[in-house]
Amino acid sequence: MSDTTSPKMPVANSFNIGAFITKHATLVALFGLIAFNMAFTNHFLSMQTLNVNLTQVATIVIVGVGMTLVIATGGIDLSVGSMMAISGAIAPLIFLGTAVKISEIHLAVAVGMIVAVVAAGAFGWFNGWLITRFRIQPIIATLVLFIAGRGIAQVSTNGNLQPFKLAQFQWIGLGRWFGIPVQVVIMVALVAIAAWILRRSLFGRQILAIGGNENAARLSGIPVARVKRWVYCISGLCSGIAGLVVIAINSSSDANLVGLGMELDAIAAVAVGGTLLSGGRATVTGTLIGALIIQLVRYTLLANGVNDDVAKLVKAALIVLAVWLQRHGRS
Amino acid sequence: MEPAHNSAQGNLLSMQNISKAFAGIPALSSASLDVGHAEVHALIGQNGAGKSTLIKILTGYVSRDSGDVRFDGADFLARSPQDAQAKGISTIYQEINLVPYRSITENICLGRESRRYGLLDWKAMHEEARHLMARFNIDIDVRKPLLSFNTATQQMVAIARAIGFKAKLVIMDEPTSSLDEREVAVLFDVIRQLKQSGISVIFVSHKLDELYQVCDRVTIMRDGRTVKTSAMKSISKIELVASMLGRDISQVSKHATAFGDRKGQIGDVLLQAQGLKAGHKVQDVSLNVRKGEIVGLAGLLGAGRTETVRLIFGADRLHKGSLTLDNKPFAPAEPIDAIMQGIGFSSEDRKLEGIIPDMSVAENMTLALMPQLTKMGIVDEEQQRLIVEKFITRLGVKCSGPQQRIRELSGGNQQKVLLARWLAMNPKLLVLDEPTRGIDVGAKAEIQTIVKELADQGLAVLMISSELEEVIEGSDRVFVLRDGHNVAEFVGKEINEGDVMAAMAHGASEKNGSSEEKRT
Repeated sequence: MSDTTSPKMPVANSFNIGAFITKHATLVALFGLIAFNMAFTNHFLSMQTLNVNLTQVATIVIVGVGMTLVIATGGIDLSVGSMMAISGAIAPLIFLGTAVKISEIHLAVAVGMIVAVVAAGAFGWFNGWLITRFRIQPIIATLVLFIAGRGIAQVSTNGNLQPFKLAQFQWIGLGRWFGIPVQVVIMVALVAIAAWILRRSLFGRQILAIGGNENAARLSGIPVARVKRWVYCISGLCSGIAGLVVIAINSSSDANLVGLGMELDAIAAVAVGGTLLSGGRATVTGTLIGALIIQLVRYTLLANGVNDDVAKLVKAALIVLAVWLQRHGRS
Repeated sequence: MEPAHNSAQGNLLSMQNISKAFAGIPALSSASLDVGHAEVHALIGQNGAGKSTLIKILTGYVSRDSGDVRFDGADFLARSPQDAQAKGISTIYQEINLVPYRSITENICLGRESRRYGLLDWKAMHEEARHLMARFNIDIDVRKPLLSFNTATQQMVAIARAIGFKAKLVIMDEPTSSLDEREVAVLFDVIRQLKQSGISVIFVSHKLDELYQVCDRVTIMRDGRTVKTSAMKSISKIELVASMLGRDISQVSKHATAFGDRKGQIGDVLLQAQGLKAGHKVQDVSLNVRKGEIVGLAGLLGAGRTETVRLIFGADRLHKGSLTLDNKPFAPAEPIDAIMQGIGFSSEDRKLEGIIPDMSVAENMTLALMPQLTKMGIVDEEQQRLIVEKFITRLGVKCSGPQQRIRELSGGNQQKVLLARWLAMNPKLLVLDEPTRGIDVGAKAEIQTIVKELADQGLAVLMISSELEEVIEGSDRVFVLRDGHNVAEFVGKEINEGDVMAAMAHGASEKNGSSEEKRT
């Protein structure tokens, strides 16, 4: 599934360890961290450690998948956290019967989830529309929803916390399939689909072509505006799903808190994963690995008694390192 | 050492036995270059000959693996471009790297601002900028932002900046590629002035005619080595080309371009443009292209050639006028509309509008064809591979394979890939904007041959070229644009350098006006 498998290239036969490390820096770092923990962290090798880490990283990766595609076109989406809040506000409004009454609870949950995710997707589409119709820079255009989105979520719930205890819904954050947390399954599925799209499909090529050289892409007949709108829409859909996972874990929806700071976590995962922030080169599996590295570094520090504030510093240093490596790798 | 004594003997710059390898692949093997005091020295060679690497070593962008450099009587090592500049070597690049939104003064003085009482001394700086520009007989408001001036003026600013830094050696990397002929003449005057004031120039260019006008000596490079250094006046154009290509003189064709004689039949009118107007650049342009015909579009820089063909391709919006294709109305709103009708467009700017640098040769080549290679959203990679391999062979693209990144290819090979991007979709009309700009002599001839063969097979070609000989020898018909109007049309034997140049400079003469009437 790795999208870094290199095609046949007539390079020297001898295995160059330096080149391998530079090329697969993120993977090497991940295994290094795991090896370190196996040696120094007590009880590291357990199903529980694995589940704790994967569960914590799942929402970041789900949002990161959409973010990777957006960044691949040379854009950025700051509104992901707000779109999570919107999705997280809408779903309970429906399945708790605040907004509409649906007597059959399974149907209510299904409608609630679908409407919530579609709404987030629609807001994502709106981002894309602002960017392509008025040629607004993505960072500014998505700032609009970054600010307004959380307001929309607040207003739609009248600022109320929506607590619930509803197994029919909360499986998405608390349930397990064959012992694997459901959100982890969703995460893996989304990563697989997106990696495949990026590699095999017309849409994937179009995304990378736009990020690589937008003028050339347009002059080659690529429908730049349409592709971009879809990409931002997908980012919205991913955020919508992540929003549902978060409120399911919390057993409540707080428009103030759902997805707070998510844009930065997702962008960090994308950057550490090796996707070029200027667009044109992207790896979804890299984003997964990037998120795992950030998570594991934090876990390692906390498990070995380092303060969480210090862990944040280390996270920042990681991002700097990743960007530096990108620069270095290009020259 | 006394300056006078210094200039009497020895060279200003002496680079000996310079070698450099990138990732084990040698770019330079024992190359050398000597530039005298107050000398204009041409540096030529095909793409990949090692010119740029040699210059990058001199200007501190890359370090040399071995070899000696002496400059101005001392050992020389530039640690960075800034370091090279401080030591007296300035570079003027093809793409001018100045700050577009700042004034001319700021651009000239950037990095060495005059200060008084800790504040910027604007008066002194403006005065200095005005003084430097006046040396080139350019009298302009130095307070205005750089981007309000044309390319030629911007280049003068870059040169003025170099002189302001007390450069002893100015390197000009294809300085004329974005200038029209009048502007080139002004640039050459400036170069002669630099020479008179004791400054040496290294002049890199693909245009051989220019070298004879302005250079004293020439160094020719091939495959990372210095092949020959000679006084300009004792070497013929054919010898230059032969040395660059590493061939015998007898093997080089006597034709300056590779178009040669046309064999194909010219058919009915395919594209007809009537009264096109858009913005200031295109005022009123009418032209047509027939099947199997190569139509050249001549004109000075800013005459509206590129802007006109962009309208035909749907890249820019048409304000007035109409287009017909195969006698049917045609109004492309986006490039995709033109592509669907079988029109291909190769832009003049390979880097900014052509290649997708991080993508492979294969993906770049099939970019326009991609929707046709896709079933249910999935790209048929087998079919893609077959097409790509076919065109790599047919056009002789030199690459390690379809998966090599296009950025790693030479300019000429990139251009072939871009040509294949359009040929792969089997177009009716191919619009080529500067198809051979900035690529080496060999690739240029190959591309010209390909274009001619395609036209022989019935393809209609609309070609813009700033190289007069390419337009004149390559076209069956030539339209001349001037200030956004088409001012003359020449057919077949009527096409000659004198008349075309006259039309470019002055508009239609009496004779041309009448021949145009006859046709309509």
